[in-house]
Formats: sequence, structure tokens, C-alpha cells
Amino acid sequence: MDRAAIIGVGMTKIEKAKVGETFADMAWEAVNKALADAGMTIDDIDNVVTTSSDFWDGRTISCMAVGDASGAAHKNVSCVEGDGTYGAFYGMTRSISGSYKTTLVTGHSKGSQSVSSLITNAAFDPIYERGLGMDMVTACAMQARAYMHRTKTTPEQVAMVSVKNHGNAQKNPLSQLPMKLTVNDVLKSEMVADPLHKLDCSPVSDGCAAVIIAHESVAAKFKQKPVWIKGVSFCADSFFFGDRDLSRAKSLTEAAQKAYAMAGIKDPKKEIDLAEVYDAFTYQELMWLEEMGLADDATAGKLLEKGEFNIDGRLPVNASGGLLSGHPVIAAGLYSMAAVVKQLRGDAGGYQVKKAKTGLVHGVNGLGGQSHCVWILDKDK
Amino acid sequence: MADKEHIIIESGDAVQPFKYSVGMHGSKFFTELRDNRRFMGLKCHKCGKVYVPPRGVCGECFVEMKDWIEVGPLGVIGTFTILRFAFIDPETGHQKPVPYGYGFIKFDGADTLFQHYISVEDEKKIKVGARVEPVFSKNPKGSIRDIEYFKVID
Repeated sequence: MDRAAIIGVGMTKIEKAKVGETFADMAWEAVNKALADAGMTIDDIDNVVTTSSDFWDGRTISCMAVGDASGAAHKNVSCVEGDGTYGAFYGMTRSISGSYKTTLVTGHSKGSQSVSSLITNAAFDPIYERGLGMDMVTACAMQARAYMHRTKTTPEQVAMVSVKNHGNAQKNPLSQLPMKLTVNDVLKSEMVADPLHKLDCSPVSDGCAAVIIAHESVAAKFKQKPVWIKGVSFCADSFFFGDRDLSRAKSLTEAAQKAYAMAGIKDPKKEIDLAEVYDAFTYQELMWLEEMGLADDATAGKLLEKGEFNIDGRLPVNASGGLLSGHPVIAAGLYSMAAVVKQLRGDAGGYQVKKAKTGLVHGVNGLGGQSHCVWILDKDK
Repeated sequence: MADKEHIIIESGDAVQPFKYSVGMHGSKFFTELRDNRRFMGLKCHKCGKVYVPPRGVCGECFVEMKDWIEVGPLGVIGTFTILRFAFIDPETGHQKPVPYGYGFIKFDGADTLFQHYISVEDEKKIKVGARVEPVFSKNPKGSIRDIEYFKVID
């Protein structure tokens, strides 16, 4: 198979409410930052993939509305509705298809403009689930309970994810919620839905991120150091939440194993230097790490306590501050991808980890991790 | 410096009403629930899994399911949460009074979890694995609200 690399990234600052900006304004900023990062002009881009959600944007065909600001005029532009990592997957396949060489992928959303619980409620089944008020927080609270019940992970261990990630965010100027917290602060914060406290949940956020994915034949043509895509896979599980073992993420295990195999990784615990995983809620970071084989079953909480996932630990996880510190839905996975790209280039600034050759990016789409997208990126081809 | 003025366009009161077909499986489920207070699931003839709520296809096996099985009405709590923050009730547009329990119930005879409210009258009794029974609405209409909630019977 032909190879592809990420040769430019650009992100807006993640904010609680970008009251002064439209979706297109955010896209304009992120796209121009990505082009500048890559040392490209819009004429060097031969196709565009935008990622957005019509419900979050409050309009239909939301993707096309950012086309102009994303440089899509006179180009083949296509859309993905889902996390940005899925847009990037489509973008990568276009870049290696033989039809295109350089794909610009964007993802945007503004959680600030709507009532989040009504938006996520609308993702559930209208016949059996929606009328009861099920939303993402309620669903994930039940998943948290199931995971903590099975693994005996404690509320204190879960709270430490919040302490770590908000702490890391203090080193990331793009982050929305840099905070110096204690475990007690998290446990004393308002109980939203047992066992999730307010500080166990990611905030409502606005933001846009862009990445440029190039075919290997042109990856070194521009000024930026290419970061190579070594492995990528995504897998989906059942739509109905109640069909799954909520304390597990079978589709994540499958996606990770396929991505490892593609990248030639035999022992992910040893070969992966850092990871940005989808921490929409604290417990998810621990659960996802176990399901990806980056921690043994039911041990991630204990490893976290030992500091293994700190910036200076064995496997730094969400060194950027993660989504707990800013969660622009849809764009989120592209922010994680850009954070890993910066790490592997040595450009992560205050949150740079020491050893950064191979990094993992994890995106989620659907309710409580219905589907997962796992990327293995590498400094070397 | 004076605060910036932000001009915002609001979506207004217009709504997009929608009618969702419940399909033949939903029709059977809600008719049995409304008229006979029975819970019906569908069993996959290939893997044997019993699905509640019922739907036409076993996604794991990619086969059509036709074998109806009665499940419950008793079951156990698979997992749960107690909501302590008032979200907007999509049915009414108003904030729902808190606290209230929300759980996944595994009916006796089913392999999937069915979601509904759980009475929080005695919070200490709400546990993973606790046995529950449904409390039915006195005025059933053929919807998920024909069950008012589940309550712990341990």
C-alpha cells in the first residue's frame, strides 16, 4: 500500500464560547494555520474533506457551509459526519488513492450555541430511548458505573485523570480549562450523574482544527517535517447501548489490534511512546487504555496513581490536557492528532514529552464509544 | 474598555415536528406492553441472543430475527446512575425534577439491557445486580412511558 504523512496542522484556541466567530471564521483561522505550518498555499491542496455535525451546527448540509473558508472552491470537497479522526481517515484514503496527493481535512463545532443535552439526546433511539431523557452524560454515567464496578477502579483514581489532564493543560496555550486541581477538588465538585462529578466531565467547547495529509511522493516537497501514518483502523459496535457490555469497548480492542498489526507493533506497551485518547469523561481514559492493551485489564487506575501516564511517566497520556480541558466535539480527534504530530516533531512546547518517536491517536464516534478510530503515527517512515 | 456588543440571531420558536415509524417489531412490543403488560423480545436463531427492545436484525450475525420470546417482567439492574443535575426533559421542554434514577435493566430471559427510570425512594437499595419490577402506567398509550419506572424489590 502507498504511504501517507501528515505535513501540516492548525488549530484555533479552544474556548467556552467563540461568540465573535462564525463556523467559517473558525475554519479560516485553522486552515490558514495548517497551510502556514506546512509551508503550503491553498493552490498546493488538491482536495478537501470537512467534518461536522448538522445537529451541532443547527443546519443541514453543515459541511458545505465552511467550504469557501476551507479553500474548497473549484476542488473536490467531500464531507464526513463524525469525529475528525474519521474525516482524516477518509482524507488519507483519498491521498493514497492515486486520484489526489494532498488532502486538507477540517473539523469544527460550537457546543456553545445550543443545549448540549438536547443535541446528544437526539442521537439516541427515538422509539425506545429518547423520550426518557437519555443523553450523553446519563449514558456515560452508567458506563462509568459499569466499568468501575467490574474493575474496582476507585472514584479517587478516576478523579486523578481530571487532576492530571487539567494540570497538563496549563502547558498548552490552546487549551480551554488549564487548572491546578486536587483529587479532593474533583470529588467535591457538583455531582452531576452518579458517579460523575462536574470535574469528571469535559466542558462545552468551540473550536476548529485542520490537518494536511499528503501522499508519500509529495510529503517531503514542502517545508514541514512529515509525520508518517504507520497504522490506522476503525471498528464499530452495536448501536443500542444495552446490547453491549458497557464496561468494555470491544470495537476499540479490535481497532487497536488492527492498527498495531498494520504498524508492525508487537508490544504496544513498550513501543508506543505517548498517546492522546478520547477523555470526554475521566473514567474513559482508563477504560480506553485497558481496552487498547496499553494497560493490563483493571490496572489503569493503579498505574495512573504511580504516575505512569504523567508527562514524565512511562506512557504520557493526554499530555496536551486532553478533551477534559477542552472538548470541541467533531474537531476533537483532529486536536488529538495535531497534538501527537507536534510531539513527534518536537514542537509541543511546554507539554513536549522526552521520548517521542511513536504516538497513538484515538478518536470516538457514537454513544459511549460505539465506534473507535486508532492511529499510529511515527517520526520515521 | 466598554464590553463588546455581540449580535446574535436566534432560531426562534419554529420547530421541526417529526413522526417516527416504530415498525412491525415496535408495534408488537408496544401493543403487548399496552394491552397485556407483557415484554416481548426477539431471539436470534443463529447465536441465540434475545434482544429487548426488539429489532429486525441481529447485527452480530447479520440475520433476520423472527422468533418472539416473552421476557421479564422482573429483572436485575445492569448498571445505573442517579441524576442530580436538572437537564431539560425532551418530552416537555422543562427541567426534570432531580434526583431521579436511570438504569439499564436486564429482564429475566433477555441478553440485552433495557433502559428506563429507577425509583430512588430508597437509594441504598439501588445496586448493580439488584432485582427490580416494573411499575406500569394506569393510562397506557403504547409508548415507552407505559412503564412509569422500575423499583427495587430486594
